[in-house]
Amino acid sequence: MKKNNEKRNLISIEVLGLVLGLLWIAPFYLMIVNAFKTKRDIFTGVLGLPEEWITENFIEAFIDLEFLKSLFNSTLITTLSVAIIIIFSSMAGYALARNKSKLSGTMFFIFVAAMLIPFQSVMIPLVALFGQADMLNAGGLIFMYLGFGCSLSIFLYHGAMTGVSKSMDEAAIIDGASRFQLFWFIVFPLLKPISVTVGILNVIWIWNDYLLPSLVLSESNATIPLKMFFFFGQYTKQWHLALAGLTIAIIPVIIGYFFAQKQIIAGVSEGAVK
Amino acid sequence: MSNKSLAFWLFLTPVILGLGVVVVIPFIYGFIYSFTDWNGITATEFLGFENYINLFQEKEFMNSIWFTTKFAFVAVVLLNVFGLGLALIVTRNLKSSNLLRTVFFMPNLIGGLILGFIWQFIFISVFGDIGDLTGIEGFNGWLSTADTGFWGIVILTCWQMAGYIMIIYIAYLENIPKDLIEAAKIDGANGFQRFKNITFPLVAPAFTISMFLTLSMSFKIYDQNLSLTNGGPANQTQMVAMEIVNTAFSDNDMAYAQAKAVIFFLIVSVVALTQVYYNKKREVEM
Repeated sequence: MKKNNEKRNLISIEVLGLVLGLLWIAPFYLMIVNAFKTKRDIFTGVLGLPEEWITENFIEAFIDLEFLKSLFNSTLITTLSVAIIIIFSSMAGYALARNKSKLSGTMFFIFVAAMLIPFQSVMIPLVALFGQADMLNAGGLIFMYLGFGCSLSIFLYHGAMTGVSKSMDEAAIIDGASRFQLFWFIVFPLLKPISVTVGILNVIWIWNDYLLPSLVLSESNATIPLKMFFFFGQYTKQWHLALAGLTIAIIPVIIGYFFAQKQIIAGVSEGAVK
Repeated sequence: MSNKSLAFWLFLTPVILGLGVVVVIPFIYGFIYSFTDWNGITATEFLGFENYINLFQEKEFMNSIWFTTKFAFVAVVLLNVFGLGLALIVTRNLKSSNLLRTVFFMPNLIGGLILGFIWQFIFISVFGDIGDLTGIEGFNGWLSTADTGFWGIVILTCWQMAGYIMIIYIAYLENIPKDLIEAAKIDGANGFQRFKNITFPLVAPAFTISMFLTLSMSFKIYDQNLSLTNGGPANQTQMVAMEIVNTAFSDNDMAYAQAKAVIFFLIVSVVALTQVYYNKKREVEM
């Protein structure tokens, strides 16, 4: 009797979960279905399936978004920024963890405390400063991402260093390795799990970031979110094209999620819980 | 590595430069400029607290602070309720557990800008059609009033971020020893009692993290605000972050916008620090 009750309970929870799940993907479903409709078809109703499934919207949106170009820009900026963040934050996390002096502790505290400063509080002088140095371009943007991204990354690397034994350092130094070799050949490979976490968190952030690129980049080297903003402004109330464009813009993320789902969820969980 | 070691400093130089040039220097300069008539290039006059006095008398700015606070409060409560609720569902032994986790978390990976555009379509067209179909007034005219704009941003944020909060709660829920629950069952504790006396206290640290994250996220929201309502109608749904961006880059009132940015920093820090302090205290008492 009791077992039965529990089973029934579990089934009702499963049903509730599935209903919520459907509710959760409904916006994506509505976006995709309506992206296949003609303008007139959308006007008659957005809840049903298309009268006739057309693909012209996607072709037009793909061309207008200059999708390959924006995809390239987004990929380039994200890859370089994340690579630089991983390289320099891991080095810094290592150095700060291996030096137990007061100065080192204070610096670590400053890096962590900087996470409290919201982007909007430094954005105006930052743009002015980089403007005067003629650095409002992709290179400047990547450097800015290092500045904004290093705090959390150093924090995570610093935490992970507790699991890397100091005796290895000493052995390598006795064998005549330089600090640089020691770090890259011995310590860094041991930090791989946290590097995956740091990489995932920064990719999600930088790939989707809109405000900073909008202040730094011109339209000619726009990333996907930036291009999407211009595109959407052009097609207000032309939902058939706007929705096709949005669908295209989401595809790279969905592909990435499909392949690295486990790592992404684990990485996000680790990043938040620490 | 000692303070005098060259390697120590070489390893730190890139990030010191990065944080220094990108965050620390602009932060200090910004603070100083907020007391002047800085126009983005030069400052000619020291104004004292004039910018600050003006902004507290500006109706639009005060409205954005009130709107943001209201939003943050509602969003924090709903996000934690949904996040914990979803986590409790998917940590049960369901056939669809993994699939549901994937689905609930998905919106989180897509930028707020794109999600805001999708929901503009949902609120305007889909809601409109549902309203016509069912005859329920409440579905029509979304995003055209301050109230529907407010709830629009709330719904969008919950849908986007509940999956993220769910992940945090899952991490703690999965750490609860199974035999503890079993023992309570044998002792005759019902589902509610088990939740109240075992699950809830053990998940308390997750509250600290989630509240901190949701609170600071809610205060800093910009993309969703821009793409869903763009502050409209009549700037009534404009949040503080957007207020600052518009004052700086649309009105070109740099020093004044920076004064708003300093106030914004103070609000965010005070909220975050108090919250961490109280949660730590509560955890210890438990």
